[in-house]
Amino acid sequence: MNRTSWFNVVSLTLGFAFLYIPMIILIIFSFNESKLVTVWAGFSTKWYGELMQNEAFLNAAWVTIKVAVFSSTIATVLGTMAAYVMVRGGRFRGRTLFSGMIYAPLVMPEVITGLSLLLLFIGIGLDRGVLTIVLAHSTFSMCYVSVVVSSRLVTFDRSLEEAALDLGCSAPQAFRLVTLPIIAPAVISGWLLAFTLSLDDLVIASFTTGPSATTLPIKIFSAVRLGVSPEINALSTIMIAIVTIGVITTSLISKHKMVRQKREEQEAVRN
Amino acid sequence: MTTVEFEPWDDPQEKPLIHFQNVTKRFGSFVAIDNLTIDIYEREFYALLGPSGCGKTTLMRMLAGFETPTEGNIMLAGQDIVPVPPNKRATNMMFQSYALFPHLSIWENIAFGLKREGMPKPDINNRVEEMLRLTRLEKFAKRKPHQISGGQRQRVALARSLAKAPKLLLLDEPLGALDKKLRQETQFELMDIQEKTGTTFVIVTHDQEEAMTVASRVAVMDHGKIIQVATPDRIYETPNSVYVADFIGDVNIIQGTTTANGEDSYSVAWADGQAPLTASSNQPFSDGQKCHLAIRPEKIAISADKPEEAANAVQGKVLDIAYLGNISTYHVELPTGVVIKAQAANTRRISRRSYTWEDTVWLSWTATAGVLLAS
Repeated sequence: MNRTSWFNVVSLTLGFAFLYIPMIILIIFSFNESKLVTVWAGFSTKWYGELMQNEAFLNAAWVTIKVAVFSSTIATVLGTMAAYVMVRGGRFRGRTLFSGMIYAPLVMPEVITGLSLLLLFIGIGLDRGVLTIVLAHSTFSMCYVSVVVSSRLVTFDRSLEEAALDLGCSAPQAFRLVTLPIIAPAVISGWLLAFTLSLDDLVIASFTTGPSATTLPIKIFSAVRLGVSPEINALSTIMIAIVTIGVITTSLISKHKMVRQKREEQEAVRN
Repeated sequence: MTTVEFEPWDDPQEKPLIHFQNVTKRFGSFVAIDNLTIDIYEREFYALLGPSGCGKTTLMRMLAGFETPTEGNIMLAGQDIVPVPPNKRATNMMFQSYALFPHLSIWENIAFGLKREGMPKPDINNRVEEMLRLTRLEKFAKRKPHQISGGQRQRVALARSLAKAPKLLLLDEPLGALDKKLRQETQFELMDIQEKTGTTFVIVTHDQEEAMTVASRVAVMDHGKIIQVATPDRIYETPNSVYVADFIGDVNIIQGTTTANGEDSYSVAWADGQAPLTASSNQPFSDGQKCHLAIRPEKIAISADKPEEAANAVQGKVLDIAYLGNISTYHVELPTGVVIKAQAANTRRISRRSYTWEDTVWLSWTATAGVLLAS
């Protein structure tokens, strides 16, 4: 079988070009000497230096991280609880309706989510700021956590929980000592998903933010409207670097774990 | 050496450890357990045997506390356990999938139940070591469940469920996941451990051989009802119904009508133009009553000439031979079209086999070989 046919080569090249050329250009121009974004004038790291001096950007980054940490933690707790009830709660009245309602925000246009949250916050007289963004982000990202966790719970061997009960655990103990440690990888990936969703959200954050809280996406968006500066390129390059390192590390760790588990299972069969 | 017969079920003084009183369990309109009353005695190895969906697993899960009966009481040592949640019951269960906690080591798995009941640390250590010794797992204490083989996992599951010294151990198809050879070894290990610990075992299985091997009594179930409870030999030799006779082992069923021809002896008319068969039974049958005569294949002799003194002899043609190594099963077609199975030990090499396909042979059996069952 000829695996390197011209068709495969072309589609691979096109696909990767489509995905990565914009980012590569952005990274290259973040090292540009010139202030003009489109003209190359030699290599320099000066924009990274200037970025570090820019209070507004640093503040926005700090706000973004705070919002992401808090909202993804809240979303993980709520999403895991929702998933547990949906998968384990048995058949109660309105279960189908509830599970449908949990997933509805996944397909809801963000504009609508943002607008409705804004109306709610105004309605109950909550001052808009970091708190409102955290609440808004928890709301929409808990659906994602719930999806990730419930797909793990569906394949979870129920008799493990029954064994825990049988050996003297109360139901909360069984959850804490058996269920949670086993589904932990799904809970963690749910948290990471919620974290990244919160990091790059622009629409909902713009609706629910106040003058005191500007997240990084909002800051970048408003800065770009005044013209793209090389500083933004530098900032984006840093974000790309962080995400890339994160993704590579997690996939290496999980691959290493899988390989080790497989090897140990084979050894167990041999002995 | 004298052996004391272990038959508490025949002793009216003996109090049962478990008593099901008119227990019914419904799931919606489906009746899983149908008005069932049974007694299980201390130190018994009690097997619930039946096809899938007969209610045996539901019965066991009610003992563990995972299901509550719709009607009726379940008594454990004189106490009604229906309102008691699973974590407060003096029963432990060994799950079919073993349900070992994958994130804990073998040692921690076995210690899990002991830690929950707040046992002091040195006692936990001693008890876990004892369990590891009992199940010959000392070498594997530090391993995780995925680092040991299937047979070892089975022993961990057993050790974990025995660690709390339950009054009653429930085993849900405990050997189902093992291959045949390991299963047979493990059956004897289970009996050995049951004897050593003196725990009452209730085992659920669909494998009749397994039930016969390990159990002190076997309960054959069908459609939520107990059909017969008896020791393995009585279940096999004197089944009380066609269902039990057919479910346990191989059997030939001949339909006919009875006529009394002596004390506890009946002649069975089974086909026009054929001599009636003779069978003894201590159950009364009226003249002309429809009946089934159940005969095990190994109790039927096969010969080339008509045997002189056999109570029953019929002639037929060899239709098929199933060669099983140590024995062969001959399928013999009678002139009436009925096919009878007869087993013979292969005492000679197969090339010297006396009968082959299409040979005319005689089948014979004694009056007490078969069991007469009412329709």
